[in-house]
Amino acid sequence: MTSISLYSLTLVPPSAITSSIVGQFSGRRQQEIITASGSRIQLYRFDPSAGRLVLITSTEVFGIIRTIKPFRVAGSSKDCVIVGSDSGRIAILEYKTEQTRFVHVHLETFGKTGVRRVVPGQYLAVDPKGRATMIASVEKNKLVYILNRDTNANITISSPLEAHKPRSLLYAVTGLDVGYDNPIFAALEVDYSEADLDPSGQAYREIQKTLTYYQLDLGLNHVVRMWSDIVDRQSNLLMEVPGGADGPSGVLVCTEGYIVYRHMNKAVHRVPIPRRRTPYDDPSRKRIIVCGVMHKMKRDFFFLLQSDEGDLFKVTIDYNVRGVEALKIQYFDTVPVAISLNILKSGFLFAAAEGGSHNFYQFVQLGEESGETEFVSTEYVKGDMSDYPAAYFYPRQPENLSLVHTMDTMNPLIDAKVDNLTGEDAPQIYALAGQGPRSSFRTLRHGLDVTEVVASELPGEPTAVWTAKLAAEDTFDAYIVLSFTNGTLVLSIGETVEEVTDSGFLSSTPTLAVQQVGDDSLVQVYPKGIRHISANKEVNEWEAPLHTMVVAATTNSRQVAVALSTTEVVYFELDEDGQLNEYQDRKEMGASVTSMSVGDVPEGKVRNSFLAVGCDDRTVHIVSLDPENTLESLSVQALTASPTSLRILSMPDSTFVDNSQLLDANSTLYLHIGLYNGVYLRSVLDTITGQLSDTQTQFLGARPVKLFKVMAQDQPAILALSSRSWLAYTKDVNFMVTPLVYEGLEFGDGFSSEQCEVGIVGIEGSNLRIFMINDLSENTKSDTLPLAYTPRRMIRHPNRALFYVIESDNNTLAPDARQELLSTSRKQSDYEDLPAEEFGNPKFTEKWASCIEIVDPLSQEKPARIDLVDNEAAFSVTVCSFAASPRRRDEEEEEEDRKASGEDEESAYLVVGTAKDLSLVPRRCGGGFIHVYKIVDEGRGLEFVHKTEVDDPPVAMTEFQGRLLVGVGQCLRIFDLGMKRLLRKCEYKSRSLNNVVTINVAHNRIIIGDIQQSVTYLVYRHADNKLLPLTDDVVARHTTCVTMLDYETVTGGDKFGNLWVLRCKEQVSRDADEDNGAQLLNARTYLDGAPSRLDMLAHFYVQDIPTSIQKTQLVPGGREVILYTGLQGTIGVLAPFISHEDVDFFQQLETILRNEARPLTGRDHLIYRGSYVPVKSVIDGDLCEMYAMLPVDKKRSIAAELERTVREVERKVAGMRTRYAF
Amino acid sequence: MADKLRAQQQLEQLQTRYVGVGHADTTKHEWLSNVQRDSLAAYIGRPAMLEHFSVAFNEPQERIRVQFIDKMIQPCGPPKDKEEI
Repeated sequence: MTSISLYSLTLVPPSAITSSIVGQFSGRRQQEIITASGSRIQLYRFDPSAGRLVLITSTEVFGIIRTIKPFRVAGSSKDCVIVGSDSGRIAILEYKTEQTRFVHVHLETFGKTGVRRVVPGQYLAVDPKGRATMIASVEKNKLVYILNRDTNANITISSPLEAHKPRSLLYAVTGLDVGYDNPIFAALEVDYSEADLDPSGQAYREIQKTLTYYQLDLGLNHVVRMWSDIVDRQSNLLMEVPGGADGPSGVLVCTEGYIVYRHMNKAVHRVPIPRRRTPYDDPSRKRIIVCGVMHKMKRDFFFLLQSDEGDLFKVTIDYNVRGVEALKIQYFDTVPVAISLNILKSGFLFAAAEGGSHNFYQFVQLGEESGETEFVSTEYVKGDMSDYPAAYFYPRQPENLSLVHTMDTMNPLIDAKVDNLTGEDAPQIYALAGQGPRSSFRTLRHGLDVTEVVASELPGEPTAVWTAKLAAEDTFDAYIVLSFTNGTLVLSIGETVEEVTDSGFLSSTPTLAVQQVGDDSLVQVYPKGIRHISANKEVNEWEAPLHTMVVAATTNSRQVAVALSTTEVVYFELDEDGQLNEYQDRKEMGASVTSMSVGDVPEGKVRNSFLAVGCDDRTVHIVSLDPENTLESLSVQALTASPTSLRILSMPDSTFVDNSQLLDANSTLYLHIGLYNGVYLRSVLDTITGQLSDTQTQFLGARPVKLFKVMAQDQPAILALSSRSWLAYTKDVNFMVTPLVYEGLEFGDGFSSEQCEVGIVGIEGSNLRIFMINDLSENTKSDTLPLAYTPRRMIRHPNRALFYVIESDNNTLAPDARQELLSTSRKQSDYEDLPAEEFGNPKFTEKWASCIEIVDPLSQEKPARIDLVDNEAAFSVTVCSFAASPRRRDEEEEEEDRKASGEDEESAYLVVGTAKDLSLVPRRCGGGFIHVYKIVDEGRGLEFVHKTEVDDPPVAMTEFQGRLLVGVGQCLRIFDLGMKRLLRKCEYKSRSLNNVVTINVAHNRIIIGDIQQSVTYLVYRHADNKLLPLTDDVVARHTTCVTMLDYETVTGGDKFGNLWVLRCKEQVSRDADEDNGAQLLNARTYLDGAPSRLDMLAHFYVQDIPTSIQKTQLVPGGREVILYTGLQGTIGVLAPFISHEDVDFFQQLETILRNEARPLTGRDHLIYRGSYVPVKSVIDGDLCEMYAMLPVDKKRSIAAELERTVREVERKVAGMRTRYAF
Repeated sequence: MADKLRAQQQLEQLQTRYVGVGHADTTKHEWLSNVQRDSLAAYIGRPAMLEHFSVAFNEPQERIRVQFIDKMIQPCGPPKDKEEI
C-alpha cells in the first residue's frame, strides 16, 4: 500500500459567529467586539471615520469555542474574556494591546477533553460585578470559580466549587445582578430522574422546568441551592435584570409565546411576544425569543429581544423600591435572525447573523415616539397566557436602526465548484452560500478589491506615469506627469485636472523619471539629459554626451543615477546648496543596463548607500554609493532572465535583523526584482555588505514584470505589473503577493490627494486610472447574486458558463401556497409582501418552498426561474445527455432535416430530484419525483418534459454512460429516457445502505457515498446488466461529500467535520475490471458487506462540516490540490507534498510547534486534529504558520533545532502556501 | 468477599461520578437512552453541527438547541416495565 502525505491549509477561515461579546478589552475607553467563529477568536474595533468594523486580530486556538463571556474584576479598567471550549479547561484570556494578541491569564483543568454531555463548557455565566463565574454542561455539572485580584492587580482564580445536580438538564444560565451581595446564578433546569423510572410515561408528561438560584457564599466558600420555582415547560432563555442601585434584580424568563419576570419572593409579571399581523400566520407556530441583549444607561435600562422571525422587541420594566410594577413590550425593528446581539455605548448594535452577513447598526432613536402598541403586564395577570387574545403588530421597515456596515460572510456555505469560466490566469470558486431569502450565488476570486476613483480617456497611449509633489513638506501630490512616445504632458491635481504649461518640464520629449528633490525643486530625466527645475522655474540642465542616450534612470529625494547607452552609469548627488553634482567617475557595467534602483533616503541621512543595477546579461549588481567607495561593486547576483525592473524598498517584517540598530527594528531592506519572464523575486539586501540572500520567488504572469513603490493602508508596498496587476505587502507578519481584482495596468505610481489620500495611479491602454486598495486583510473578492431560498446543489451546463441551482426551504410557504391563503382570507387579499431579505419568508410548519434557478455568473443575472408546486422540494440535480433515447433519435432525424447547425448540444436534459410532503423528524415522505427538463434557448431556458415517481426522495444523481444513475433511498437505479417517463433499467439494493447521498463515476466504476455507511465501490457489468459491490469501508462515516482522486482513490468529508482519503486495494480494483467470468457475481460477502475493504490513507479533523470537495489547481503553474468548503464558510486545501525531505521537515516543525505554540484555550493539538479518528498522513499547515507569530528567541531556538535559519524556516512555511494556494 | 464488596463500591462510585457507566443489569433501553443523550449533547455542543441541523430544518439554532435538550429528557420513550422483561 502506497502512502500519501498532505498539508492542510485554511484559505478562508469560517465566518459564522458562535458567540460575540462587547467590552473594553484593550483598556481604552473605546468598546471593542470579540467574536468566536469556529476555532478562531477575533477582535474588532469600530472605525468611525471609515464607518466600518476593523479586524484587529484573529487567533487560531485549535479547539472548538462554544461560548465566550466578558468580565471585569472590581477596580480594573480592562475587560477579560472567559472561554468555554472543548478543552476541559476554563481559559481566561487577556488582550495585550502592545503585542496585538491574546494571552491566557489562567488555564484551569476541570474535566475530560472533548464535547461531552457532562463536561462543563457549554454554558458560561458571569457575576455582573466580576466576582465569580459559573461554567456548566448540558447535564449535571456546574462549576463555580471565584475571581479576584491580588495586590499586584493580577487576576486570581479559586479552585472550583461544585453545584452539580445529577439527572438534570440545563437550558440556560445567567449571573444575577445582586449588587455586592453574595453572587447568585440563575439556571433553567429539568430533572428527569423520575421520568427515567416510570414506564407508564406519566412522570414524563408531568415533567417540570424549574428556575433555580445558586448562591455562592463568599464567606463560607461554597455554593448553595437557594431558591427554586416552577416555570413554563417551554422556557428557553434567561436574561438578567439589573439589580442593586440600578434596578429590581431578578431575571426575564423567555418562553414560547411570552416573557415572564421572575425573582425570589417577588410577584410574577408576564407579557406576550407579539406576532406579525399577516395573512400567512400559522396558528400552530408560537414565537420564541432566540437572543437578546440588556443595555444599561445612566439611569435607565432596557432589553432588546429578538423573536425567531427576526423581530426585535424593546422590553422595559417599571419598578420602585418594592419591586417591579409592570413589564412592557413593544415592537422595535426587524433585523435578520441573530446568534447574538451586542450594544455599544456609543449607540451601535452588532447583530451576528445565523446565516448571511453580520450587520452593524446605529441607533437613530430608541423607539420612544414610534407609536407602536405597547403591551403591559398589568393586563396579563390572571389565568393561562393562552386564554388571552394574541398580541399583534404590523411589521415595517426599520425606523430606529440604520445600517452602518455589513460584514460579508459565506455562512452557511452549501456547495462550491472551482472552474475557470472567465479565462483568467487563475480559476474562480463558484459557491452557494446563505440561508433562506438571504442566500446567494457567489463568485470568488483571489485578489484584493479596489475602488476606482477616476478613469479617464487620454488623447494618446502614454507609456509611463508619475506623480510629484512640489516641495518636500507637501502632503499631497501636485502633478501627474505622463510620458508619451513623442512628448510629455503635465497635469495638475486639484479640484479639476488641468494641463500645466509653465511647469518647467520639457514637453517635446518622452520622460524617463520624475522626482521631487531637495526642498522644493523637481527633476525630469529624459533620453538626452536631466533637467533640474528649482521653485522659481530656473532650469539647470545636464546633457548626455554626444551620440549617447540615457536608457535607465533612478531617483530619490537626494540622489539621481542614470545609465547611458554606452553601458556607463552616471551618478549625481544633491549638495548643501541644492545643486545636483555629478560624481567625477562613471561606472562601466559591461552590459547594457535595463533597470536601476536607488532606495529612499533613510530618515536623518543624506543618502542611500546602495544602487542596484540590472543588466541584460541576466545579472543584478549592487553598487555602493558611500563616499568612501562610491560606485564600487559590492555584489553580483545571477538571474534566470534579464531583470526588467528593480526596487530597493524596506518592508515591515517579523524577522529580526542582526544589525537592527541601523534600521527600524521591524522592517527589513529588500531588493525587489522583476524579470523579463514574468517572475518576481524578493531578496534580502544586507545593509552593510550589500549581499543578497534569502530569495523568494513568485510567477506573476506572461509579461515582463514592472515594479513600483506605492502606499497601501499606511505601509509601503510594491505594485508589480505583469499580465495581471499584483500587490506585494505584509499582512500581520507574513509577506503576501496578491493580484488586484482590476484591469491589467502597464505603468503605475503612488497617488495622494485630498480626495484620495492613499491611492495608486496607473495607465491601461489610453486610460488613466486612479484607484484605492480597500482592505489588505481580505484577500478574496466575492461577487454576490441573491437567490430565493436556501440553495442545495448546483450543476454547470456541459459547455456554457451557466449554472443550474436548486433551492428549497423547509417550513416556508411557497408562492402558490401563499396565493391560496390570500384568496381564502377575504380581508387581506390586497396584502403586500414584505421584503424577504430582512423579514424572511412566511413560515408554515411542514410546508416547503423550492425552485430551480438558472444563474449566469459572467453577466451576474438569472435568466430563468421555475417554482416547484404541490409542496415539492428539490434535493438533487444533474445534467444528462441521454444517449439512445427514442426521443433523441427522432429529434436527431428532425434536426438533420432542418439542417440546423450549432444546435446539436441542445440534447442535454436537466434532471431534478424532488421529494413531496417531506417531514424530517420523524422522517416521512409522500414520495419522490424525478423531473426532466429539456435545456433550450442556449441553456437559458428549461422546458418541462415529464416527471417520474419513485418511492423515496432521490438525493444523488449523475449521468452514467448516456443514462441516468440515481440514488433513491437504499437503492441505486439506472434510468433511461422514455416518452412519458423515465424507464428503470437496472437496480442495486443493499440492506447496509441508508440513503445514497453522493455518486461518482469513472468508466464502469461507480462510487456511492451513504449518509451513514461511508463509501462503496461498485462495478457495472454490461454483460448481465448488473451493479456489483467490490469494496466498502470499515468505518461507518456519515458522508457529506466525496470526490475521486484517481481510479482507486477517493477523498471525502463527513458530518462530524473530518476529511479522509480511502483507497481500494489494487488487486481488487484490477480484478473487478478484468472480471469477465462470474467471480464477483458469486463472490462471498464479507461480514455482511462487500467482499473486500478499503484502506484509509489519510484522516484529518477540520471542525467545520465539509460540504463540497474537489481536486483542482488554484494557482497558475501550481500543482493540484484537494479543495474543500465547510458549512460555516471555511475554504481550505489539502496539498500533496512533493518530496520526503519536506515531509520530514514539516513533521518535525509540527511536533515542535505543538509544544512551543500551545493552543490558547488549552486543547491538545494532536488530540484536537484527531477528535474522531487519529490524524493520519496530514500535517497541519495552520499550526506551522503559527511559527511566524512566535517571539524572536523562540523562533531562533526552533530553527536551531531544525538546523536551519529563521528565515529559511519562514520561507519554507510561506512557500507551501504560495506554491499551492493563496 | 471483601474484595468483591470493594469492587462493588468502586463501581458505584464510578457510576455516580461519571454518567453512563453501565453495570451488569444495564437494560437495552438504558444503554440506548444514554447513547442518544450523548449524541444530542454532542450535536448541541459543536456549533457547526448545530448549524447543520438548523439549516436543514430551516429553524433558528436556539429552537433546535431547545428541541434537542427536550429530547434528552426521554430520547427513547418511556422505560420498559421491569416485570415485563
